[in-house]
Amino acid sequence: MLNASGDYRDPAAGPRLLITLLAVALIWPGLSLSELDLGVLFDGSNAETMAAFLSGFWPPAGGRDFLLLLSRATLETLAIATAGMALALVIAIPAALVATRALSISAISRGGRPKPWAQALRWPVRGMLIVLRSVPEIVWALLFVRAVGLGPTAGVLAIAITYAGMLGKVYAEIFESVDPLPVRALLGAGSSRLQAFAYAVIPQASGEMLSYTVYRWECAVRASVVMGFVGAGGLGQQMDLSIRMFAGGEVASMLLTFLALVMLADVLSGLLRRRFT
Amino acid sequence: MNPQRTSATADQLARRPDDALKGGGVSLSGVSFRHANGFTALRDVDLQIARGERLALIGPSGAGKTTLLRVLATHLQPTAGAVELFGEQPWSLSSRSRQHLRSRIGLIHQAPPLPARQRVVTAVLAGRLGQWSLGRSLLSLIHPIDREGAARALATLDLADKLFDRCDQLSGGQLQRVGIARVLYQNPALMLADEPVSAMDPVLAANSLSVLTREAERHGTTLVTSLHAVELALAHFPRVIAVRGGQVLFDKASSAVTRAELDALYANDQLVDQPDGLQVRGLHIPRC
Repeated sequence: MLNASGDYRDPAAGPRLLITLLAVALIWPGLSLSELDLGVLFDGSNAETMAAFLSGFWPPAGGRDFLLLLSRATLETLAIATAGMALALVIAIPAALVATRALSISAISRGGRPKPWAQALRWPVRGMLIVLRSVPEIVWALLFVRAVGLGPTAGVLAIAITYAGMLGKVYAEIFESVDPLPVRALLGAGSSRLQAFAYAVIPQASGEMLSYTVYRWECAVRASVVMGFVGAGGLGQQMDLSIRMFAGGEVASMLLTFLALVMLADVLSGLLRRRFT
Repeated sequence: MNPQRTSATADQLARRPDDALKGGGVSLSGVSFRHANGFTALRDVDLQIARGERLALIGPSGAGKTTLLRVLATHLQPTAGAVELFGEQPWSLSSRSRQHLRSRIGLIHQAPPLPARQRVVTAVLAGRLGQWSLGRSLLSLIHPIDREGAARALATLDLADKLFDRCDQLSGGQLQRVGIARVLYQNPALMLADEPVSAMDPVLAANSLSVLTREAERHGTTLVTSLHAVELALAHFPRVIAVRGGQVLFDKASSAVTRAELDALYANDQLVDQPDGLQVRGLHIPRC
């Protein structure tokens, strides 16, 4: 149908301009509030202090006893991250299945919108996921170190709780981002929610889920190191000790191990994505 | 197919062992459907379909054919009027019983709703999820259980060699036939098809429709198919229902449909440019 007044202005132009202005208005105070000042880095004495600290890092330590210790700590870190992720998945997948709108049976007869009361049931689960991930894992770790004592258990529990919140939220959103027609077709032919999930959501979402899960595993490796500083075991605890003893070479070896771990996660993610997408 | 066949089907059906399973027919009375945006897609539709009957829905684009099929499939709840399927009223059932009822209805979609990475065998087997337990479905996802059944359904549509291909390796016409095979494998009591052959060439379209009607007749399945190609509708279905503006314009045996009725059905007074030839002939139907 032709526009009678001959007015061909893009109706989306106004809102787009508004969103851009809003983004700038939000980011600007953020920069000034955080007192970001890059000049400080290159200030005379600061630069010297950093250079002295870094020069201690070379060469990386490589004694036999140290390498044995390092490999033990690395395995412990990997174990913390993997066990934490496994526990997180046990919580996240059922929570995501409840929280997502993608598997709603009432939605197929309502143009994709679930019934209000069914929607209300999803809110407590979404709220739980928000609570789980809003408390930083280091706080959970401090809490659990007091509850179960120093060691990896505290790290595993802290990762399980925080990451369950993150994975649950992102999984629920991945489920909602896939093409809804295959799901609705199966639900509309009498399948249950879980059957529709297995036959219509998983084939479409598996690649993105795997890649996000491996990325989160990589984050968990990093997080477990940070938590080591508060006594939750693994590489972090060793790194804390080495830094305190000004053993720069040992810190360097640990950072190199770290680099290798992150690269491993990257390769793994790439392989899985190629296989599943 | 000759219209006399319709009366014979009832007698043929009475002798079928799965007669009790198939249940009664379909009836709509005073059904209206208004979309959330206020557009009325169906207006006071009355429709009686006997068990085992095969009929075609024709009408211009936007007439309400798809909405009518989705109401019959219990995917849409009418805003007014009553739906009765196999002697049950789907919208007064519990959610669980309605899901059970839905497992006896198969809808063939115009755009086959198949995940791109899924294998054809799994996509076809998914037709019976409503009849399978969760355990069996999950097991079949790892190792397809009823490969022969899926292969048989595909073979009726000349696709047996595609059994283990991935859906994204198929052409549009092949995908549509996989969609048909899934519903044939489901073996529902009521089979609904929304433009099931729109992505196929004329020869393949005619062939696939014959397969669909033949399988429906063999299993005593009620079949309702919407079609843009009027010739196909008249050739393959004993009964034709014409929909225009959300209302039933006529409902009669396909042999009794006249040219004048078709002209009135497809008359389009909204097109800006109407070529003269088109107005004279009145009827210009895209084949597929």
